[in-house]
Amino acid sequence: MQAYTQLPDLMPALPELLLAAGALFLLMLGVFGERRITPYVTALAVAVLAVAALPLLLPVEFGIVNETTFDGAFVLDGFARYLKVLTLIGSGFAIAMSVAYARNANFERFEYPVLILLATLGMLMMLSANDMITLYLGLELQSLALYVIAAFNRDSTRSTEAGLKYFVLGAVSSGMLLYGMSLVYGFTGQTGFGPIATALTHEGGASIGLVFGLVFILAGIAFKISAVPFHMWAPDVYEGAPTPVTAFFAAAPKIAAMGMLVRIVFDAFEPVTRDWQQIIVFISIASMALGAFAAIGQRNIKRLMAYSSIGHMGFALVGLAAGSQQGVEGVMIYMTAYLAMTLGAFACILSMRRKEGMVEDISDLAGLSRTNLPMAVLLAVIMFSLAGIPPFVGFFAKFYVFLAAVEAGLYPLAVIGVLTSVVGAYYYLRIIKVMFFDEPAPAFLPMPAELKFTLGLSTAFVLLFIVFAGPVVELAGAAAGTLF
Amino acid sequence: MVLQAVFFYLFAAIAVASAFMVIAARNPVHSVLFLILAFFNAAGLFILIGAEFLAMLLVVVYVGAVMVLFLFVVMMLDVDFVELRQGFLQYLPVGALVGIVLLVELLLGLGAWVISPDLAGTLPAPAPAAADVSNIRALGELIYTRYILFFQMAGLVLLVAMIGSIVLTLRHKPGVKRQNIATQVGRTREAAVEVRKVETGKGI
Repeated sequence: MQAYTQLPDLMPALPELLLAAGALFLLMLGVFGERRITPYVTALAVAVLAVAALPLLLPVEFGIVNETTFDGAFVLDGFARYLKVLTLIGSGFAIAMSVAYARNANFERFEYPVLILLATLGMLMMLSANDMITLYLGLELQSLALYVIAAFNRDSTRSTEAGLKYFVLGAVSSGMLLYGMSLVYGFTGQTGFGPIATALTHEGGASIGLVFGLVFILAGIAFKISAVPFHMWAPDVYEGAPTPVTAFFAAAPKIAAMGMLVRIVFDAFEPVTRDWQQIIVFISIASMALGAFAAIGQRNIKRLMAYSSIGHMGFALVGLAAGSQQGVEGVMIYMTAYLAMTLGAFACILSMRRKEGMVEDISDLAGLSRTNLPMAVLLAVIMFSLAGIPPFVGFFAKFYVFLAAVEAGLYPLAVIGVLTSVVGAYYYLRIIKVMFFDEPAPAFLPMPAELKFTLGLSTAFVLLFIVFAGPVVELAGAAAGTLF
Repeated sequence: MVLQAVFFYLFAAIAVASAFMVIAARNPVHSVLFLILAFFNAAGLFILIGAEFLAMLLVVVYVGAVMVLFLFVVMMLDVDFVELRQGFLQYLPVGALVGIVLLVELLLGLGAWVISPDLAGTLPAPAPAAADVSNIRALGELIYTRYILFFQMAGLVLLVAMIGSIVLTLRHKPGVKRQNIATQVGRTREAAVEVRKVETGKGI
């Protein structure tokens, strides 16, 4: 019998602890403060996210060391560090971008930043999960908070519908995930990722029951990253949820779920790579194709972004399907690029506001170049990048994942990827055409400062990636290397 | 040993019979009461296998809280259960078929179940050994040490659920009179009580 007389090493979980303490403090502050305290809670929430990112950013000598703790249930490594920082950035900008919207749309409640903090805590847990139970608890913490904020605008039927739809489908997917986990536990006798891999190596391959479990687990996670065929919720939820919430949904949770997927297939199911690889190839192709074709007919820009994000998840999965270190590096570069482009695009969508309220049709962007040239140019840059046109970051992201697929011998996958990205380019370019060549629609109200800042920063990243690609790629490569 | 077997069959038989009555009873209140009986017998089964803490938990949580809530819901909602059960006989053949298929599958699955000989040694042993300590102590020693992370995360999940339900449903109505303890306590005798002389035959 092993005695547990000492507290486990808490240092690797320092960002999570900071985030949890911050969220609880802000909750108290909001409950006991008056209504006017909400803006301060929002600002402090961004500060908490920044503080939580600090120990991850500092070099190992000053910050926290990479190790496994909590009896193997929690792991901090370069991979987790990199994606955690991305997630924290995504959440921070999502909170900041909600400020102007909140002021105008009766949305200003202190619970919103607190719930985002708790959801982010769940995402960090997912990225550090080294055990099925940590993974599930992290995922539930994140999902529950997301269900609530999808329905946050409770007086709007569309928002509550989005929340309910997300909740019901999310519960089904959690059930599938749990069923898969129980099967895997039944066939290996373990819940930790490392011990599962050991048990699988021992057994010399996958039994039919284990493959069943694997399929269910992958289906559950595919739901979370809205990959086809588990994508049905995404367009409705993206359209129905309040726009800042949609911006949040499109960025941080996708990164966390993708990181979790990468870790579970490489750490736990490495001995059965051939089995999961074919599943990933299938959902990757299906997502790319659906993302490309279904977005063509969309008029609502939030729905369009939903299909676009389905497609992008498909592209990122191409890297994972390669099943190599290079592929994981590609996935990480892709998620970095995706974060920058998504934040920029949503900064523009959030500033589509006229006197009578928010508008979200693509036709409302008509002639933007004549009413607001800077915004039109920056949005055009982001759209070019989303379409994957060089020299913007979207091109390099696609380049790295396709390169990994080709080197792994998955030629058909790479060819299909390139073809669907050509089809997808059509609807991104259509937005640019609408902005520059159509008769102007009424002008939007001036952009709030925080949206300008977000848009500027993300466009700068999109534009200048070609200059500092080296360090980013090197960082992603080093982070991916810690997984192998 | 014989006594144990007798009690096992007693508890098991009553549990199955009352579970059947839950779906067969016409009156929904009777259904809930039978469900409580089923829970009590399940608790008895837990005690037989030495899981006394789980048994108490089952009684306290399920019977004490959940079933009382159920009873309230059943009594307060005006649902015509007889009407709900109209198609019961009609669907019986299909339901029975599904049930039998499930049963056969379970029997086949469990019958073919063997632990792979390679894995026999890899299963984690219960720590500390079950016979040495009481249930509560064993649980406490694991929950607050080895599984502290899971325990705290589960707490956070519940916190999110609580915040969520408040955010989505609570509405602050203006003009609601609330208790203000500080004002109540701060009242003095002079402010609260007034002594008046009342003349006979007149009001104030």
